[in-house]
Amino acid sequence: MFEATALNRRNDRTQALFRMLFLLMTLVLIVPVLIILTTLIVKGGPVLSVDFLFTSPTDGMTAGGIFPALFGTIWLVAVALLVSVPLGVAAAIYLSEYAPDNWMTRVINLAIINLAGVPSIVHALFGVGAFVIFFGFGTSILSASLTLAIMTLPVVIVASRESLQAVPHAFREACWNMGATRWQTIRKVVLPNAVSGILTGVILEVSRTTGETAPIMFTGAAFFLPFLPQSVFDQTMALSLHLFVVSTQVPGVPEALPYGVALVLIAMVLLMNSVSIAFRMYLRGKKKW
Amino acid sequence: MSKSPQSAVDFAIHTRALNLWYGSFQALFDVNLDIKQGMITSLIGPSGCGKSTFLRSVNRINERLGYARIEGAIEVMKRNVYDPEVELIQVRKQVGMVFQRPNPLPISIRDNILFGHRLHSKSKGDEDDIVEEALRKVLLWDKVKDRLKDKATGLSLEEQQKLCIARLLPVKPSVLLMDEPCSALDPKGTEAVEELIWELRGEYTILIVTHNMAQARRASEECIFMLMGKVIEHSATEEMFVTPAQAETADYIEGRYG
Ligand SMILES: Nc1ncnc2c1ncn2[C@@H]1O[C@H](COP(=O)(O)OP(=O)(O)O)[C@@H](O)[C@H]1O
Ligand SMILES: [Mg+2]
Repeated sequence: MFEATALNRRNDRTQALFRMLFLLMTLVLIVPVLIILTTLIVKGGPVLSVDFLFTSPTDGMTAGGIFPALFGTIWLVAVALLVSVPLGVAAAIYLSEYAPDNWMTRVINLAIINLAGVPSIVHALFGVGAFVIFFGFGTSILSASLTLAIMTLPVVIVASRESLQAVPHAFREACWNMGATRWQTIRKVVLPNAVSGILTGVILEVSRTTGETAPIMFTGAAFFLPFLPQSVFDQTMALSLHLFVVSTQVPGVPEALPYGVALVLIAMVLLMNSVSIAFRMYLRGKKKW
Repeated sequence: MSKSPQSAVDFAIHTRALNLWYGSFQALFDVNLDIKQGMITSLIGPSGCGKSTFLRSVNRINERLGYARIEGAIEVMKRNVYDPEVELIQVRKQVGMVFQRPNPLPISIRDNILFGHRLHSKSKGDEDDIVEEALRKVLLWDKVKDRLKDKATGLSLEEQQKLCIARLLPVKPSVLLMDEPCSALDPKGTEAVEELIWELRGEYTILIVTHNMAQARRASEECIFMLMGKVIEHSATEEMFVTPAQAETADYIEGRYG
């Protein structure tokens, strides 16, 4: 009794085989990421220094630092967020808390989901048409940031709406039944409980925005500017575009330089992602329903 | 209503020809009820007969569903709550509601109690006194007085339900609607909450939905039996359970419906 039969043994072998297979697939996924990171660190690491981060490129962009690009990226992302977050959260609040469940709301929701799938180069062309030409902002931080904002809006809306809807309906009923208006309910109960999810979504968007090249290329980012932008109506350099330029457009760039730029870009993105994850864990730990 | 022999009694809730539709489905048919002030009235009937629907039309929470339509009138303290001049917020203040699942807000015990008060009153007043008074009323003060800053969601279900009753009191409602307030609780919790409801008798008009016959019998003074959206019988609880006037009521009480 209880000895393994031939069938048991065969099942065990199949089981082990599949386990190996799935493990292998997972490794195949992770390996490229590890290779990219180590290559960047090994090849780009040596050029990193405080000077690299805080000086301008020199000698036709074959030497010097990346400060104008770093500074420009921060500008572009910050202005984009300033526009997309209030707009996106407001839209999400409307859709989640006020909108009646009718065909129009469904069409809007569908449009938002589809908007999230529009390729960034299309957003770029839209940005040129709308902001650079029609509104006359020219190629400027403003045009580029607005383009980025339009691009990130759908994701901000979807992430915010989902966090709002994750707040149990019973909380809203409790408030309404005590005579709270919708707005009081949103402000005192729904938003405080949704804010962690909203912030996480926003930060993830920031990290995505940081790396975008196409939407800013024609709308406000310059190949090379020896000075820093003075206002949102100036053009600016940006890290992502700078990486593209030094790797493909400029002759005589030392090999380590593009790797260094890429490393800084990736470090920024990873840093923001980690902040977002840590933040989410912190807020999750604090709330219990 | 002066023709009935009960004309000396004040009615907290008085409905006239109340009909309610969810879309094209009619859930309430010609409901005419007089619910006496300061009494505990229980509402019984098989599931789906419209008990919750009736309750939810008294504090006008049904109208949140765009497709619910109502005809007739519901007077609370002699005022038709469906009168266009009536302010919804004031109705909600007068008519508190307790749900099947306790739904404390994910904030502190103290903030839960003060939530309604802070919505309706600008003055800070004596918040400490308000909290103590409300919690004493629901027999919870001694248990939680040392942890008023703790999250209300950490309390036991029984305590949560008591808290949900307590947080209605500071805004001084006259009617408390309770929709199966004990059905999420264990027998001990049920007993404790029933006891509390009994304590509140006289001060508030309480309308309580229950599918627990023993509870209706134990914990109410008048009883309403509903069937398929219609009121079949409304009488003193003892009378209904001992000598039901309608055959359907007898069938239900004896457990011949689900
Ligand atoms: N929101 C709603 N939309 C449509 N129909 C509903 C809704 N709520 C209840 N009903 C229907 O109305 C009837 C009465 O429901 P309800 O008042 O919840 O019954 P009870 O509380 O007595 O079990 C049921 O047939 C139910 O299916
Ligand atoms: Mg019900």
